[in-house]
Amino acid sequence: MFDVLGIPSTALFGQLLIGLINGSFYALLSLGLAVIFGMLNIINFTHGAQYMLGAVTAYLLLNYAGLGYWPALVIAPIVVGLSGILIERAFLRWIYRLDHLYGLLLTFGLALIIEGIGRNYLGTAGLPYTLPDSLRGGQNLGFMFLPNYRAWVIAASLLVCFGTWFIIERTRLGAYLRAATENPALVRAFGINVPRMITLTYGFGVALAAFAGVMAAPIYNVSPNMGSELIIVVFAVVVIGGMGSILGAIVSGFGLGVVEGLTKVFYPEASNTVIFVVMAIVLLVRPAGLFGRRA
Amino acid sequence: MERFVDPLVRKRSVLRAGSETIAFAVMVIGLVIAPFFVYPLFLMQAMCFALFALAFNLLIGYVGLLSFGHALYFGWASYLSAHAAKVWGLTPELAILTGTLTAALCGLGAGFLAIRRQGIYFAMITLALAQMMYFFAVQAKFTGGEDGIQAVPRGHLFGLIDLRSDTTMYVVVLAIFLAGFLFIYRVIHSPFGEVLKAIRENETRAISLGYKTDRYKLVAFVLSATLAGVAGATKAVVLQIASLTDVNWPMSGEVVLMTLVGGLGTIFGPVVGALVILAMQYKLAFMGEWVLVIQGVIFVVCVLLFRRGLIGELAARLRIRL
Repeated sequence: MFDVLGIPSTALFGQLLIGLINGSFYALLSLGLAVIFGMLNIINFTHGAQYMLGAVTAYLLLNYAGLGYWPALVIAPIVVGLSGILIERAFLRWIYRLDHLYGLLLTFGLALIIEGIGRNYLGTAGLPYTLPDSLRGGQNLGFMFLPNYRAWVIAASLLVCFGTWFIIERTRLGAYLRAATENPALVRAFGINVPRMITLTYGFGVALAAFAGVMAAPIYNVSPNMGSELIIVVFAVVVIGGMGSILGAIVSGFGLGVVEGLTKVFYPEASNTVIFVVMAIVLLVRPAGLFGRRA
Repeated sequence: MERFVDPLVRKRSVLRAGSETIAFAVMVIGLVIAPFFVYPLFLMQAMCFALFALAFNLLIGYVGLLSFGHALYFGWASYLSAHAAKVWGLTPELAILTGTLTAALCGLGAGFLAIRRQGIYFAMITLALAQMMYFFAVQAKFTGGEDGIQAVPRGHLFGLIDLRSDTTMYVVVLAIFLAGFLFIYRVIHSPFGEVLKAIRENETRAISLGYKTDRYKLVAFVLSATLAGVAGATKAVVLQIASLTDVNWPMSGEVVLMTLVGGLGTIFGPVVGALVILAMQYKLAFMGEWVLVIQGVIFVVCVLLFRRGLIGELAARLRIRL
């Protein structure tokens, strides 16, 4: 044990770890938002509700189907992703030609519906999700105690984030996606089914949110409200990072998680608001966002 | 700047003034008669929310800016107005003024930041800033946390007129509402309002015509925040309570919904929308959390099928401006 700036190392690194955990969720969610925005030109307000749906699906699978954490980590994103595809086919595809703002309003309405249904059947109190045995316990690193599950969350989200980055920036499929973002008409002329690509992109972005939700279930309780406050913070993260770059979304997600964790150590009163303050400063200094291209 | 007035446009604007004047008269008469048939407290609340929605519509309908954080101005004005009336013992008009000034200052700060980005980013920034101020409200001592500020005295208007009777209070709220309505109407139809509409239609072009659009947007934002503040501050005096509900994000969503249902960019839409949504909340209060689901459904239906809103649809059918 030692002290850093008068703060015991366990407290400092403990908060740093929580910061990285929160950062994992910010990164996964803002990544999903950026991917969806790139293809659909819609800010998916339903993202928070879909993150919550992921956690709820994991909870239902555990308590009603007897399927534990690992199956849920695969099944929940698929199920919620499919529901996303339905949403895209039933609602979103009608408004691509309209002003962007209608997309925000429509997905906000969908979020209210999902959250309202959740509150009716689950109540507003959180439901506990038990951790799988294989991820219990932790490592004593000398300067801090590292719970296995938290280490797993950080590793898994880093893996998924960079996997997504790799697909979009380094594969042929990603090249099609980026091309369709720039000029959908031309990509269609080359014989690529752009509407289907849009649908699948939305499903994938939603699945990312659900994946984050399953990972969050053992850490936070499963509750219908878990998504709505998180999504507002993620919006701030997106404003700071700018949605132009995938890497930007990942870096600013983790970075802001850490900033938030450090604030909890040095000035806990501001830990709820620090990301918004950072957003305000970024808007003053670099209005286009840290990684954003000037519009 | 000289303005070219096309005779045809002029003719239509006379016609427009006609339908708007009639609608205005109907609204005033309705509001004067209504308290004999409907619970006055409900009507006063409805007028406060109508003014709130009118203020919000000034931005979305006439500048094309979607603020998703208008609860910030409504809620904080409500807190300061309640605090001024209860703790500082100010008379109601000064309490409302205190709340309004608070909202104006918040609007200046938030607007200054938000107008640096456009479109969707603007909506996200206003929402995030409102959430920040929500957390401040949760932490600040004077707001009373979860309890809010309760039992706010209505006091004596100008130190003379006792507002404890609902009838007197009703007259005051009606006066505030109508003043706010006429003010917004005046702004929309002023040369300043024409520039705002030009920015809504094509900002780049407005810039190339030599307008400093950022300044116009900021002034419009502050005006909108200030009027939302008048609504919130008045609401605190009428209902004698200021709470976290007023400043949290669902309130921002509600004012969007009211305006959308009534008709974005229409003069009377926000008033009708506020009345409809508030009446729905009263009537369906027994359904608990399902109200949230219903509001979500209304959002979806409005965006997909009914983008003009009630008043917008009516105006389009009758081919008049409302």
